[in-house]
Amino acid sequence: MALLEIKNLHVAVDDREILKGIDLTLDAGEVHAIMGPNGSGKSTLSYVLAGREGYAITAGTIRFQGKDLLAMAPDERARKGVFLAFQYPVEIPGVAGMTFLKTALNALRKERGAGELDAMQFLKFVRAQAKRLEIGDEMLKRALNVGFSGGEKKRNEVLQMAVLEPILAVLDETDSGLDIDALKIVADGVNALRSPERAMLLITHYQRLLDYIVPDRVHVLAHGRIAKSGGKELALELERKGYGEFLGEAA
Amino acid sequence: MASSIDTRERLQSVTDQAYKYGFVTDIDTDVAPKGLSEDIVRFISARKAEPEWLLAWRLKAYRHWLAMPEPIWSHVKFPALDYQDAYYYSAPKATDGPKSLDEVDPKLLETYEKLGVPLGERALLAGVAVDAVFDSVSVATTFKKKLEEKGVIFCSISEAVQKHPELIKKYMGSVVPYADNKHACLNSAVFTDGSFVYIPKGVRCPMELSTYFRINAAKTGQFERTLIIADAGSYVSYLEGCTAPMRDENQLHAAVVELIALDDAEIKYSTVQNWYPGDVEGRGGIYNFVTKRGACRGRNSKIAWTQVETGSAITWKYPSCILQGDNSVGEFYSVAVTNNRQQADTGTKMIHIGRNTRSRIISKGISAGRADNTYRGLVRILPKAEGARNYTQCDSLLIGDRCGAHTVPYIESRNPSARVEHEATTSKISEDQLFYCRQRGLSQEEAVSLIVNGFCKEVLQTLPMEFAVEAQKLLGVSLEGSVG
Ligand SMILES: Nc1ncnc2c1ncn2[C@@H]1O[C@H](COP(=O)(O)OP(=O)(O)OP(=O)(O)O)[C@@H](O)[C@H]1O
Ligand SMILES: [Mg+2]
Repeated sequence: MALLEIKNLHVAVDDREILKGIDLTLDAGEVHAIMGPNGSGKSTLSYVLAGREGYAITAGTIRFQGKDLLAMAPDERARKGVFLAFQYPVEIPGVAGMTFLKTALNALRKERGAGELDAMQFLKFVRAQAKRLEIGDEMLKRALNVGFSGGEKKRNEVLQMAVLEPILAVLDETDSGLDIDALKIVADGVNALRSPERAMLLITHYQRLLDYIVPDRVHVLAHGRIAKSGGKELALELERKGYGEFLGEAA
Repeated sequence: MASSIDTRERLQSVTDQAYKYGFVTDIDTDVAPKGLSEDIVRFISARKAEPEWLLAWRLKAYRHWLAMPEPIWSHVKFPALDYQDAYYYSAPKATDGPKSLDEVDPKLLETYEKLGVPLGERALLAGVAVDAVFDSVSVATTFKKKLEEKGVIFCSISEAVQKHPELIKKYMGSVVPYADNKHACLNSAVFTDGSFVYIPKGVRCPMELSTYFRINAAKTGQFERTLIIADAGSYVSYLEGCTAPMRDENQLHAAVVELIALDDAEIKYSTVQNWYPGDVEGRGGIYNFVTKRGACRGRNSKIAWTQVETGSAITWKYPSCILQGDNSVGEFYSVAVTNNRQQADTGTKMIHIGRNTRSRIISKGISAGRADNTYRGLVRILPKAEGARNYTQCDSLLIGDRCGAHTVPYIESRNPSARVEHEATTSKISEDQLFYCRQRGLSQEEAVSLIVNGFCKEVLQTLPMEFAVEAQKLLGVSLEGSVG
């Protein structure tokens, strides 16, 4: 059984069809990359996976671990192991990053039947993960994403992923806005999370990321469809040729 | 219950006669007839064996009250109060109140469950007539001993009238005069309950003083009167209320709180107010019309109010500071939550009289459902308040689009060297924030609670630790069902 199975997915926003029949299958342990021009529907796909309101599913199905993902509320999906690293992480004034992480982790642990971590265990665990991503204590004390630089926000998303240990992680342009060193740090963080039970969907514009996180498959999303799929060499090809060949067939 | 009706009738005749024959004090009941009259005022005073001057003061207040208009300037609406349709001294219990927990609004019980209120206390809080014995009684006794060692006086106001009349006479009504406003005036005439605190010179009160113990031991009054005096160089932190929603048959609550800080003294007064707000349509909720004021009489004195107001159908309350002493400091930290049909008109007054007086106002208003939430604040700088400074920050958070938030600041500065800063924001809980939280596994309600707690952080962190934890939970519970 595939971990994630998207079939013939059609999605409309305000009566405008944005995804026009997506088919995509991820097995546990796999990392797939999705590339594609601006506005082609990549973030839309990530939001639909996470269950954001405002997207009308006009046709198709999504199965996660064999279950109907579309029937689940966003928080239920999260507790079942679906994680989205946001392209634009949201600011939550007054809520320290540490508090946020703790609340989220406890919500997940409750679902998984594990008890709440005590304060010391939690602190130790988060600090260890944060250190890898070169996130200091003072950042964890600050209000979540408030006044964070673009790169800090992205690193913080990866920290949340590391702490919450999802089964399916969707990373929407987590590499955008990172300097070269930060890209390396984040990529190492993501690689550390690769595991036989976990699948990842990397949305990116840059082949460079895929040098660090080598994907099993690469898909090109254009005009709401998967226009081409291939191995990691497809990314290199795109880097050379651009999206020209996919842009002609506008709907 | 035939006997209690008997008693009431007998009492009625007794009070009717009181004028002619003077007052009979050896009545074996604690019940006064319904309604308000000069006789009732005399009755209350007599039952408490009060000195003549206090009765005179009560009567002066009562007569003044009769002619006094209701305050009409606040942004709250409610039908006119029928003052004759209420009891002013120990209303007979369990006549119209619920007889058992089965008769209590199930929503209320659910809330107790969520807040983790011990089973034994739920009936009492819900207004069911019970004879409950609380552990807190023995705890209170232990505390009392510790306080005595330091010379701290902490007792009911009635006890203080008997044991410390000179302090009562000197300070009661000195911050909130009996004629201050209609509600305070009524309180002055008929107050029956409340706390008295005196901290001697140079003493740092060894523990947080909490009314919670007292409330459990004796049902809290409708017309509470609290007086706290911090003598030179002393410090006290006082906690009022509790997070569990309390039911009360009395719709009108008109409390008065007076604080006095002498030279270098500091008083920190924290409130969590969670009186029954009524059902979703607002039926049956409490009208909480409170007058709270502190006088920083001494140099370098400080008074800080923190309030978390989540209950009551109507909240009308402006804890204020009169900054008389040079270099004195007034602070007001407020969270006011209104949901469903609740209305709150709350804020503060900072009156700068002395030199270099400073005040700080942080107000967080949260409105949901069809509720209305108003911040009303006055900053007044008098001509002699050289170098006075005020900073005010008023933030409103709206949940949904049927509620209202209003900010009404009044600033009067009569000293050119003074600096007054005012900042105000209004925001909504955004869909983006909710979705972000839910994507991390938080339920809708957990998400609202987290975001609201973040919004209120600056205020909550001024609360004593264990109170803050309870208040955080309370905010979440108060807003349940407020989002889609
Ligand atoms: N809520 C919305 N309302 C209106 N249009 C929307 C909404 N969400 C997405 N769209 C439109 O859908 C299309 C796909 O947007 P999406 O954000 O999925 O693109 P993307 O592939 O992630 O682009 P980028 O590479 O720039 O991030 C765009 O034309 C966008 O304007
Ligand atoms: Mg995008």
